[in-house]
Amino acid sequence: MNKLLLIIKREFIAKVRNKSFIVMTFLSPLLFVAIGVFVGYLSTMKADLKTIAIHDETGRFVHEFKSDKEYKYVDLSQVDLKILKDSIVKESYEGLLIIPKVADNTKLQKGIQYVSNDSPSVGFIDDLQDIIAKKITTENFQNAGLDTLKINNAKADVSINLAKASGEEALKGLNEIKIIIGGAFGYLIMMFIILYGNMVMRSVIEEKTSRIIEVIISSVKPFQLMMGKIIGTSLAGILQFLIWALLGLSAMFVLSTMFGVHMGATGGVQGQAMQAAQHVDGNEIQMYIKELWNLPIATILISFIIYFIGGYFLYSSFYASIGAAVDNETDSQQFLLPIIMPLILGVYIGFFTVMNDPHGTVATVFSMIPLTSPIVMMMRIPFGVPLWQIILSMVLLFGTFFGVVWFAAKIYRVGILMYGKKPTWKELIKWLKY
Amino acid sequence: MFSLTFFLVQIAIFTQTKNGMSNILEVNKVVKQYGDYTALNEVSLTVPKGSIYGLLGPNGAGKTSLIRIINQITMPDSGEIILDGEKLKPEDVSVIGYMPEERGLYKTMRVGEQCLYLAQLKGLSKAEAKHELDYWFDRLEIQGWWNKKIQELSKGMAQKIQFVVTVLHKPKLLILDEPFSGFDPVNANLIKDEIIELNKQGTSVIFSTHRMESVEEMCDHIALIHKSNKLIEGKLTDVKKQYRTNDYEVGILTNNVEGLMYDLSQKFTLSQTDFKSLNDELKLQINLGTATPNELLNTLVQRGQVTHFVEKIPSVNDIFIQTVSEK
Repeated sequence: MNKLLLIIKREFIAKVRNKSFIVMTFLSPLLFVAIGVFVGYLSTMKADLKTIAIHDETGRFVHEFKSDKEYKYVDLSQVDLKILKDSIVKESYEGLLIIPKVADNTKLQKGIQYVSNDSPSVGFIDDLQDIIAKKITTENFQNAGLDTLKINNAKADVSINLAKASGEEALKGLNEIKIIIGGAFGYLIMMFIILYGNMVMRSVIEEKTSRIIEVIISSVKPFQLMMGKIIGTSLAGILQFLIWALLGLSAMFVLSTMFGVHMGATGGVQGQAMQAAQHVDGNEIQMYIKELWNLPIATILISFIIYFIGGYFLYSSFYASIGAAVDNETDSQQFLLPIIMPLILGVYIGFFTVMNDPHGTVATVFSMIPLTSPIVMMMRIPFGVPLWQIILSMVLLFGTFFGVVWFAAKIYRVGILMYGKKPTWKELIKWLKY
Repeated sequence: MFSLTFFLVQIAIFTQTKNGMSNILEVNKVVKQYGDYTALNEVSLTVPKGSIYGLLGPNGAGKTSLIRIINQITMPDSGEIILDGEKLKPEDVSVIGYMPEERGLYKTMRVGEQCLYLAQLKGLSKAEAKHELDYWFDRLEIQGWWNKKIQELSKGMAQKIQFVVTVLHKPKLLILDEPFSGFDPVNANLIKDEIIELNKQGTSVIFSTHRMESVEEMCDHIALIHKSNKLIEGKLTDVKKQYRTNDYEVGILTNNVEGLMYDLSQKFTLSQTDFKSLNDELKLQINLGTATPNELLNTLVQRGQVTHFVEKIPSVNDIFIQTVSEK
């Protein structure tokens, strides 16, 4: 036990002192911020104003098109169609909307054409169609002698209120928030496993190539060394995450104080409008906040820690045995793929299946399978999972971990003393019998 | 006072011997298989306390497998290891010092930290380790290296550190696999002297090597392993007696070569040989057969002036090559 502590300490210090660790710890938050700022800047950049020529032979629609920041509509109904089409080719205009002179609205519906060099965005075409359809509908109503005003008044806007059987009110859009919370935790677990699993593997390979391994294992059991490595590296990783969390929190604090002042200064004019808007939505926002607090926060955090440890230990024992089996990192690729696959599968299942049907068969099964359970179950938990399922999946996870670590230790024990040849899967299985 | 201590030590050694604990290590019928390949086939060895024991054998004979089993890096399939009278147990790693053939250190770790770490893994407390390190760094005159990283040291310097790490915890049994490979002659000599010094202080040493001259120079016991089997074991002098051929190298100044050759060929088997000499004499290698050295000497003396008369003792190298090629 004492030796295990020594190994953990050494591994931890070796990782933390490493230059790349220090650089990663303090540079990557900066990088994140930089990327965020860059994306934000890009999205605030104004899109080029696009001019759309409208050739409306009926003259009934052209005034329905209102220019905005993105699109400017020009009425060119008097200009010859041929000249217009040429100007499109010459790119004087972005596009040309042709509404032919057809008296029959039913025929007109199919006769409208949009000409352009580039393929237009789907949203833009939808907008155009909406405008024309609306106009035609109104005309149809009028032709049929219906009162448009009455029809508009008669239109119902139904919004179904969601409620749980327990009687509490639920909110739409909450599922999205839940999947974001669960997804963030699941994704974090995956990232951590890949980052630090790789670190464990590299550290094993380093001991192998520097040939110190035989000296070490004449003093300690290979199993102790492997576990010491895994734990020491994970502590370094947790420290890194803590630093990131701390940096993130302080950055948020700084930003919020800065923005608080900012908002107060400009609040005068817009304030009233905003207050009015808030008055309407206030109830709803409060409910969202209430609903967020109603999420099983304790369960989420405790499960996160347990799945985090279980998942990381399970995968890093794979990583450690792969490191032991190969002589250098390039040889490790063939063994790494089958390890990363279930992780990615977990994330996909989380985002696609859990979101649609958090308690469906697929989601439930994959939240039990130990290789995917840390990710999938983390994503399910915000939706409320029965306790027995969580416990069962944790038991399975840790049970598998102990099984895997036993195999991994065997491969590790044999592998660390093997040099020179690139092992195959078959050989790894043979090593289990040594 | 000193003589009393000496006396007590003598008694202690005596009683130990009486209890059958004169062997630091006994290997009993150890078998190790890797898949279908047998690396060790019922190998038994006895390493007496205080000896320098040479473990010889060609590449792939099973030496390293055996050494790894003694160091509990791998487990034997069957057979047992007795260390200092007791069955080998996990805690015994702290009384064994092992320098593997493939050696290395953490390249980016500082010398001092690294030595402390490895010594602590062997069970020393930090203070003890520090104390011992100071002693060894002084002794090998490498005090200035404490804060250097291994990657800043030359290969020979790193080897010195490796040796220090091996002996830091004052092991009862020192196992050295090819200890002199990678050392320049000066450092090899230095390390050799340190090994001999440790041996004088009571450390038993097993070393496995291909360098026969160092075996000849240092070892008092040897064992030869070939193709997973032990072929020879014993005191170096006993083994040599066993392999003596009764060949004598003779140098003689004579006027009557033909007469001498006639006389000799009546009783002995002759062959040509060469050795360094200042005389321009006739050099012969003569096998005594069943005769005694004196009979040969008498025959020689009657025919001329004897300038050289030496029994040709088989070198470890000869024994090694002979045994290995026989099998």
